Amino acid sequence: MNALTLWFHKLGSPPYFYRFAGRLLPWLYGVSLLVASVGLYFGLVRAPADYLQGESVRILYIHVPCAWMSLFGYLTMAGAGFIAVVWRIKLAELIAMACAPVGAAFTFVTLVTGSLWGRPTWGTYWVWDARLTSELVLLFLYFGVIGLYRAFDDPRRGARAACLLALIGVVNLPIVHYSVEWWNTLHQGQSVRLMGESSMHSSMLVPLLMMALATHVYFFASVFARARVALLEQEGGKEWVRELARAGASA
Amino acid sequence: MTPGAPATAFVALLRRDLLVFWRHRSDALNPLVFALIVVTMFPLALGPEANELAPIAGGVTWVTVVLASLLSLDALFRSDAEDGSLDLLVASGQPLALLAAARLLAHWLGTGLPLVLAGPLLAALLGLPRDAVVTLGFALALGTPLLSLLGGTCAALTVGLRRSGILLSLLVLPLTLPVLIFGSGAVEAAVSGAAVQAPLLFLAAGLVLALPLAPLACAAAIRLNVS
Amino acid sequence: MSEDVPNEVPLLAARALSFARGDEVIFGPLDFTLASRETLVMEGGNGAGKTTLIRVLAGLLAPGSGSIEWRGEPLSTLDPDPGRIALLGHQLALKSDLTARENLKFRIALQGMRAGITIAAAIKSVGLAGYDDAAVRTLSAGQRKRTALAALLLSPALVWLLDEPYANLDRDGQVLVDRMLEAHASRGGATVLTSHGLVQPALSRHRTHVLGVGG
Repeated sequence: MNALTLWFHKLGSPPYFYRFAGRLLPWLYGVSLLVASVGLYFGLVRAPADYLQGESVRILYIHVPCAWMSLFGYLTMAGAGFIAVVWRIKLAELIAMACAPVGAAFTFVTLVTGSLWGRPTWGTYWVWDARLTSELVLLFLYFGVIGLYRAFDDPRRGARAACLLALIGVVNLPIVHYSVEWWNTLHQGQSVRLMGESSMHSSMLVPLLMMALATHVYFFASVFARARVALLEQEGGKEWVRELARAGASA
Repeated sequence: MTPGAPATAFVALLRRDLLVFWRHRSDALNPLVFALIVVTMFPLALGPEANELAPIAGGVTWVTVVLASLLSLDALFRSDAEDGSLDLLVASGQPLALLAAARLLAHWLGTGLPLVLAGPLLAALLGLPRDAVVTLGFALALGTPLLSLLGGTCAALTVGLRRSGILLSLLVLPLTLPVLIFGSGAVEAAVSGAAVQAPLLFLAAGLVLALPLAPLACAAAIRLNVS
Repeated sequence: MSEDVPNEVPLLAARALSFARGDEVIFGPLDFTLASRETLVMEGGNGAGKTTLIRVLAGLLAPGSGSIEWRGEPLSTLDPDPGRIALLGHQLALKSDLTARENLKFRIALQGMRAGITIAAAIKSVGLAGYDDAAVRTLSAGQRKRTALAALLLSPALVWLLDEPYANLDRDGQVLVDRMLEAHASRGGATVLTSHGLVQPALSRHRTHVLGVGG
C-alpha cells in the first residue's frame, strides 16, 4: 500500500483526524483571512466601478464567490455522503453533515447579497430569476438535509439518511436549475443577467479569484472545525477523548 | 408464477398493497376531497371572475395535485414498519428494489391515478380551455408517477421517525419542483398555442430516469431504517 | 448431537460474531455452529441481545465484527436466496386488514412454499380452522401468533430463526411450537430460537446457549 493510501486510511481514524485538522485549522483560517483581506481591498477599493451599475457592482466580490461555494459545498457534501453511505465511514458522515450548515450559510449569503445587489440594479429586492429561484431551492435542499439529520435519535443513522437525501438532491440539482431556467424563458421578458459577459478585466478578475480562493479555504476550515466538535461529541466515551480532557485539564 | 420468484413476489406485494388499500377505500377519497377543497379556495380568495381564474387554472391544479399526493406519503411505509412487514421484506432475500418498486407503484395506483383523472376536471372547473385540459391529463399521467417515486423514496427515509409529517413535506417539495415546472409549463404552452412536446418530453425523460433509480434509493433507505 | 454426522458442513455458523450500538457491546464475540436437525436455544434476560442476534442472523443488521457462514461460505459472498431462512420476529409481519389466508398467500408468493403442504393443511395444523377468513385485526394475540406459525409451516426454508416463539401462546400453543420444531428437525431443518428461559422447549434434543457480553 503506497504512502498516500496509507495516509488516507489513517485520516479516517478519529483521533488522527482530530489532531491533523487541529494543526491545520489556524493555517486555514489565517490564509483565508489574509487572502480575503487582500482580495477585498483590491475589489472594494482598487478595482474600477462599473460604468452602468456604479459602486454597487462591488457586491459581486462577495456574492459570486459565495454562490460558487454554495454549489461546491453541496457537491462536497454529496461526495462525502456517497463515501458514508457506501462504506459507512464515520468520519465521512461527520464531514458530510458539517458541510450542510456551512453550505447553507453560503447559500443564504448569496441570496441576501444578491437581493441587496438587485435593489439598485433592478429596482427590486427579489425577482423570480432562474438563478435566484434555483439558489433558493438549493437552500431548501440544504434545510432538508439538516432537518433530516437532526430528526434522528441515533446520529449515525441520521447522518446516513441525510447523506442519502443529499445524493438524491445532487441528482436533482442540475434538473432543478435547468427546469427553472426553462421556466424563466417560458415566462418571457426576463431581466438583466447577474453576471457581466464572460470576458472580465483583470482588475476585476484578480480580486474575484482571490475571494474565491479565500472562501474555499474558509469552507474547509469551517467544515473541519465543525467535524472536530462533532467527533468529540460522538466519541465522548472513548479513551482518546478522555486523554484529551485530562491533558486539557492539567494544562 | 412460481412462488418465491422475484416476479411473483413483485406481483404479490402489489396485490397485497392494493388489497389493503381497498379495505380502506374510503380513505382513498381523502386526497381527492383535499384537492377539490383547495381548488375551491382559489375562486373564494381571488373572486369568481372567469378571466382571472382561467390563466392560473393550470398552475393551481398542479400545485393542488402535488400537495394532495403528499397526504398519503407519510403512511406509505409506516404500517409496514410497525407490524414487522418491513423486516420481512428486507429479510426475504428478494431484491429489495423490486419490492420497493411494487410499493411505489401501488402508491401511484391508489393516489396518483385518481388525481390524473380528477385533475383535468378540477382545472375545467377553474375555466381551463378544452385543449389545455387534455394536455393537463397527459402531463399528470407523466408527472404523478414521478411524484410517487420521489415522495415514496423520501417516505422511506423518514419511516422510523415520530412526527415526521411536516419534515417529509419539507424534504419532498423541493425535489418535486421540476415536475411542477414542466407540468404546468406544458399546460401554459397548450393555452398559448406553443409546442407542448418539449415540457412533456422533459417529464417523460425524468420519469425514465427515476423509474430505475428511485426504487434503488428507496431500497437503500428502507435498509437503513430497518437496521 | 452433531456427532451423528461428524463431517457434515453446518448449515449456519457464527464466527466471533459481535454487535455494538455506539460504545455499548450488545453481545459477542459469539461462536456457534448449527447443523441440520439441530435446535439451538439462545437464552438471556431482557437486554441480553436476543432480538438483536436474530436480526443479525437474518441479515437485517450488519454485525459489528465477525462473520456468518452458510454451509461454510461467508453469507456476505452469497447471492440472496428467498428460501434460505424463515424469520419469525417479535412483530409477526401480518397485515391486520387482511385475513389469515390472504396473509399466508402473500408469504408463499414472497418466499416460496414447502412441497407437500397446503394452506388449508397449515391452518388446520395450527388450530385456526374456521378463523382463516377473518381479518387478522379481529384475532386474539394467540391466534395471530398461530397464523405466523402457519406461515412458518408453509416456508421451504431449512433454517428457522425464531424470536421468542412461545410468547403469547397458551399451553396448547407451546406444545404446538414444540411439535413444529420436532417435525422441522426430522425433515432435516435447523432452528435458532430465543427464550427468556421460563419456557423450556420439550424437545428430544436441543442445545442451550446463554447470550450476553463475551459470547
